[in-house]
Amino acid sequence: MSVNIKEWPGVPLKDRDIQSGKALTTRWQVKADYAWDTGMAMGTFLTGLKEGKILARQCDKCGRTVVPPRMFCEWCFRPTDRWVEVKDTGRVNTFSVSYVLWDATRVEKPTVPVVVEIDGCSPGVGFMHILADVGTTLEAILAKVKVGMAVKAVWKPAAERTGAITDIIHFVPREG
Amino acid sequence: MGYKNRVAVIGAGLTKFMRRAQETGKELCFEAARLALDSAGLEMKDIDCVALATAPDAFDGVHMKGEYLADGAGGFRKPYMRSYVGGGSGVFAINHGWYHVASGHFDACLVVAEEKMSPVMPHPQAAFNAIYDQIMERPLGVNLLWIFALEMNRYMQVHGISQETIALVSVKNKKNGLDHPCAQAGIPGNYTVKEVVDSEIMVWPVTRLMVSPVSDAAGALVLVSERLARRLTDKPVWIEGVGWHLDTSYWTNRDLYYPKYVEYAARMAYRMAGITDPKTEIHVAEIYDPFAYKELHHMEGLLLADKGEAPKLLEKGVTQRDGALPVCPSGGLMGVGNPIAASGVMKLAEIYWQLRGEAGARQVSRPVRRGLAQAWGDLMQVGTVAILGV
Amino acid sequence: MGIAEKPRRMEDIRTWYGEQPIWHQYTMGVAGERFFRALKDRGVIMASKCPRCGCLLVPGRMYCAECFVHTTDWVEVGPRGTVNTFTVLHEDLDDQPLAEPVVVAFIQFAGTRGGLIHRLGEIKPGEVACGMAVEPVLRQERTGGLEDIQYFKPAR
Repeated sequence: MSVNIKEWPGVPLKDRDIQSGKALTTRWQVKADYAWDTGMAMGTFLTGLKEGKILARQCDKCGRTVVPPRMFCEWCFRPTDRWVEVKDTGRVNTFSVSYVLWDATRVEKPTVPVVVEIDGCSPGVGFMHILADVGTTLEAILAKVKVGMAVKAVWKPAAERTGAITDIIHFVPREG
Repeated sequence: MGYKNRVAVIGAGLTKFMRRAQETGKELCFEAARLALDSAGLEMKDIDCVALATAPDAFDGVHMKGEYLADGAGGFRKPYMRSYVGGGSGVFAINHGWYHVASGHFDACLVVAEEKMSPVMPHPQAAFNAIYDQIMERPLGVNLLWIFALEMNRYMQVHGISQETIALVSVKNKKNGLDHPCAQAGIPGNYTVKEVVDSEIMVWPVTRLMVSPVSDAAGALVLVSERLARRLTDKPVWIEGVGWHLDTSYWTNRDLYYPKYVEYAARMAYRMAGITDPKTEIHVAEIYDPFAYKELHHMEGLLLADKGEAPKLLEKGVTQRDGALPVCPSGGLMGVGNPIAASGVMKLAEIYWQLRGEAGARQVSRPVRRGLAQAWGDLMQVGTVAILGV
Repeated sequence: MGIAEKPRRMEDIRTWYGEQPIWHQYTMGVAGERFFRALKDRGVIMASKCPRCGCLLVPGRMYCAECFVHTTDWVEVGPRGTVNTFTVLHEDLDDQPLAEPVVVAFIQFAGTRGGLIHRLGEIKPGEVACGMAVEPVLRQERTGGLEDIQYFKPAR
């Protein structure tokens, strides 16, 4: 009975309680390094990126062309049928403007995460990346970037590509 | 419908929601569970089994967190199971407990949900990064907030909703949270739309006052069969519907403007409860609001508003405590706190107390006979729904 | 029907490397705070008492898991304890040989349930026996953690 409970348990601590040692703590660093097998789909996809290509998989049952590629279609629950090379251009599905890094520290100059619908894939299908050359202030970015805007990938030079999503440095607006 | 027992909730307990609790996860579970048992007038020996929900082990920093928390959750020498569907866990916990008792296998089940997020350093957001694909996404320097901002922007763009309208959710819920005795210090408050929109931009369009905080807490519910409920209480709160549903983790291959998986989970629960017109048959709703826009997004997924219409209901005051369909009278995650799994049980406890008329200052104005609690989680993937009624 | 396709080229068989760069700062807990403060400030080991079954739990805990009630009184126990079981470590966590083998034991205290896991010192591995009496060697500078005890040594 919410109205009948008079005392709610919990001992809240402030950050300074811990810093000052008023509340005892102990630390542990997990050393967790991983070596993931990429699987066939992503292994082939990464080789494709190294070669400057974006590769997708097709399922004949639902007819989708999907990226990131997968060896089985999760809709139809059957193996996908073939590889196709799709374009390195697309349209903005959605975007945002980030002032925080992976560990929550703040930055002055924002990053623009974007979901790009890749040309050649089924409608609405694509992956996340970074948008560049769209301004450095919020006002400039919001004036420039629109959902549906055409974009294209900017690649690292062939000699610098290793087979990673970062072989594409970022996407930029594509005129025309 | 093919199950043996009707199931009722007869007790609930919550700890305070705290940015950093001194209690260990086990102690948080114990305090919530003890309070729930006391409110039901039961002892642990009266409980047949325990269903515990808790989200990533990485927060508490223990391996096999379910097993670790067991003795604080009453799992000592009892049938015990842990479930985990990210943020959806808290409402999945009651679904999980429900089928233990509905099956006829057990008569009394203790449902517990816990989260202790404060141990992970440098910040819980860093642990959340593992939600992203290690090959396609993490190398981009991701932060958890990106994915919410991307979804929020898509929702705004498709329906033409402004940041100011979405900010009304923060205003409503943070005000409602002032009346919740467990609300985290510094979280509830009287804010204006302007203060919410002008607060620090995290990842546009998400500002600081549109994000729920990191929290430590636990919650617990006591579930019993009809036979026991009739003996132990004169106002059992029946579980009338449960639903859960998961979408693909290939989130960039679906349109984020609408949470289909929430709709499917809701339909499952409505079908079981015999509800054909949720907008009128649900009287109060605790909708999952880790971000301000999520309350609107999910309200549409729950079929409590047509697509694009939730903001209009909010603007008209329909979802206020004195409105026709109050949403988050507790204050929600925005107004109370967000200890991932425990948030869902906080919402269930609120519906339980609302249906019994025991929510005190938070009691909604209209008469309520049926309430809904919903949670969401994973990579924009899971919908979990429970419908309670008297 | 499973996935029948085979890799086309050797370079398609890849490994992706990554890490989880997080660490954890744990509070001792409400009970743990009391237990480790006592160890730090007074160099004593404490147990908590369950008001229902009367058992004494080491380390002191907030609740008795069996009776599911809050514990009440806290009492000092030991410091003499008994080795319930032990093992001898020959390698470290990275599988590298240790310069000297390390004995780790589970030490119980009379009249209590539970106990502490810690190292044994001032004793050769071959001399350790289950049931032998041990007592803690405390550090001069204590911080409020398990390492406030350096090791347990044989007691007379």
